[in-house]
Amino acid sequence: MPVMNVIQAVNDALRLELRRDQRVVVLGEDVGAFGGVFRATAGLQQEFGAARVVDTPLAEGGIIGAAAGMALYGLRPVAEIQFADFIFPAFDQIVNEVAKFRYRSGGQYPCPLTIRAPYGGGIKGGHYHSQSPEALFLHTPGLKVVVPSGPYDAKGLLLSAIRDPDPVLFFEPKRVYRAAKGEVPEGEYLIPLGQAAVTRPGTQVTLIAWGAMWHEADQAAREAEAEGIDCELLDLRSLQPLDIETITASVRKTGRAVVVHEAPRTCGFGAELAALIQERCFLSLEAPVARVTGFDTPFPYTLESEYLPRAPRILQAIRATVTY
Amino acid sequence: MKRERAAKAPVRADHGTAREWAAGRFLEEFPLYRVVDEEGRLVGGAQLELPGSELLGLYRWMLLGRSLDERMITLQRQGRIGFYIGAIGEEATVFGTVAALEPQDWIFPSYREHGAAFMRGLPLVTFMANLFGNAGDLVKGRQMPCHESWAPGHFVSISSPVATQVTQAVGAAWAARIQGDDMVPIAFFGDGSTSAHDFHTGLNFAAVMKLPVVFACRNNGWAISTPSASQTVSETMAQKAIGYGMRGERVDGNDLIAVWAATRRARQRAAAGQGPTLLELVTYRMEGHSTSDDPRAYRPAEVVEPWKRKDPIKRVQKLLEARGLLDEAGDAVLREEVRLEIQAALREAEAFPPKPPVESLFEDVYAEPGWAQREQLAELRRAMDADPRVANPRHVEG
Repeated sequence: MPVMNVIQAVNDALRLELRRDQRVVVLGEDVGAFGGVFRATAGLQQEFGAARVVDTPLAEGGIIGAAAGMALYGLRPVAEIQFADFIFPAFDQIVNEVAKFRYRSGGQYPCPLTIRAPYGGGIKGGHYHSQSPEALFLHTPGLKVVVPSGPYDAKGLLLSAIRDPDPVLFFEPKRVYRAAKGEVPEGEYLIPLGQAAVTRPGTQVTLIAWGAMWHEADQAAREAEAEGIDCELLDLRSLQPLDIETITASVRKTGRAVVVHEAPRTCGFGAELAALIQERCFLSLEAPVARVTGFDTPFPYTLESEYLPRAPRILQAIRATVTY
Repeated sequence: MKRERAAKAPVRADHGTAREWAAGRFLEEFPLYRVVDEEGRLVGGAQLELPGSELLGLYRWMLLGRSLDERMITLQRQGRIGFYIGAIGEEATVFGTVAALEPQDWIFPSYREHGAAFMRGLPLVTFMANLFGNAGDLVKGRQMPCHESWAPGHFVSISSPVATQVTQAVGAAWAARIQGDDMVPIAFFGDGSTSAHDFHTGLNFAAVMKLPVVFACRNNGWAISTPSASQTVSETMAQKAIGYGMRGERVDGNDLIAVWAATRRARQRAAAGQGPTLLELVTYRMEGHSTSDDPRAYRPAEVVEPWKRKDPIKRVQKLLEARGLLDEAGDAVLREEVRLEIQAALREAEAFPPKPPVESLFEDVYAEPGWAQREQLAELRRAMDADPRVANPRHVEG
């Protein structure tokens, strides 16, 4: 089985879908001849032509507005936003238009499109190449939000996202774009949206993470094991739809939960997870649900190690939770 | 040619704003295209290409649009519907454009083009059910009145934010070209929308990609209380096309025939691979922005007066009369037909149950409801069973 990194897995999924379905179109800034600033679309325009793999003018609102029109008309566009930080000119199109088309038309106009965006920090990107905006979209009914942590999931989830009847935001963990490598089957396989992965079974505390932070949580779980703490680690993979059953089953078993995300804490998805867990697992809980997150500040440049919820801070939260 | 033009007015990039560089220059460069004058006469040299029977049909549509708007405004004043927004005085921009398109062409409306949906087969009764937001509403009571969708007629769902449909129309044109379809979408928007980013990005994308799409800017002079002169210092909206490198045309938006002919030209050019066109349809908003607006607060009545003489419906009536296609008796028959049609539709629309079923609240968020929608529907049903006031908007007053 070939070994790929996340970029190669994304590229493989796009190539397979462009081959399989004539309705699939890739559009975005620099995605064509150049193959994208991260090379995720490398070689696609050469294989499928400039009509289906399109370099657009530099305007995210136009990219998503046009992709919405394509989706309404029956295509399956996959739009790339070069960095998730630049998605906000398209916020109105995503939140007010794309998310609501099916609903506001009484089901007459579904708008199935996929928006790919590299997200997250740890690459010395400062305010505008580091943010994790997933919660802003999770607060909008009508959107699905998917965040793979590694190459196997990236390919299987992206194939599902492109075929999904609803609009999907697909946030790619750019910090591990090249670092996360693994075996990826050739040809197509689908990972259904809404299924978390229990990547490490355990008994004492449930760690919940997604995307690049799954790697930090995994590191923390290994270090905790060395200290004799048995962690169960969930990689959510898809935040909407959310696999609530896997979360509640795990927390009912362990009685403890630590949620990790790099977005700011206030109204981050960790807040929703903590609320869901206390609503559904109250009698099982042995400790408050802990949140290890980015801070309520803009994303910093120099102090990004301090800002990011990396393994050492997660480990401290694990210790505090099991000894509560 | 271009050099001569530059030599004539070398101050385009001088200090100040466009209106000061060379006042009237763009009015000359983009003359108001007109076929029929206010008295219903063909202007010098113009030909009437629209067959008489079609013209009479469009006249009836305009009567229906006007009559419906007037009746629905009254309905809102009576408190029977919550809101209405129509196109009184702007009928030619709605019916003239759509009449020039092919049935497969998608319509991306702003929120005054209800008539376009009727021409594409939306039953009046279904439209009115949307005004009531009742069980007969195709959009299931989910939007304010006048936010209808009609997929069978390729009339796209309406949203309230302005200009968002411009980039979407561009995407549809792009999709059609990829699919090899003969489909030219039209995007409607007002003069206010030319300030919005979707207008700019939409026109730019369309020009860069040379897409088959028609942009119809209904310049009715006002964006709620803001006059178009405060919206832009361009003398015309049509000249904005220059910046994008596309064709622009300024059209008398109260001249049905001119609107029809200009739209037909734009469609032909688009279908022939010659790219997009920006049409500025110069018209006037005779009433408030919507029923929620009272223009007396910002617009003296006398500024509206000159536009009454330019009424697009009267103009077509005079043209039809001059050609022997309509007389006073025939006109009265048409108006009575339209009145009865509206009356019958209203009676039928009001007969639907006042609300769609409660489960419809949770449908169509996604193709299949998720666990959150399923759980919340059950939660709402329990709350309604426990206390019927949950479903009563006036429960506070007892």
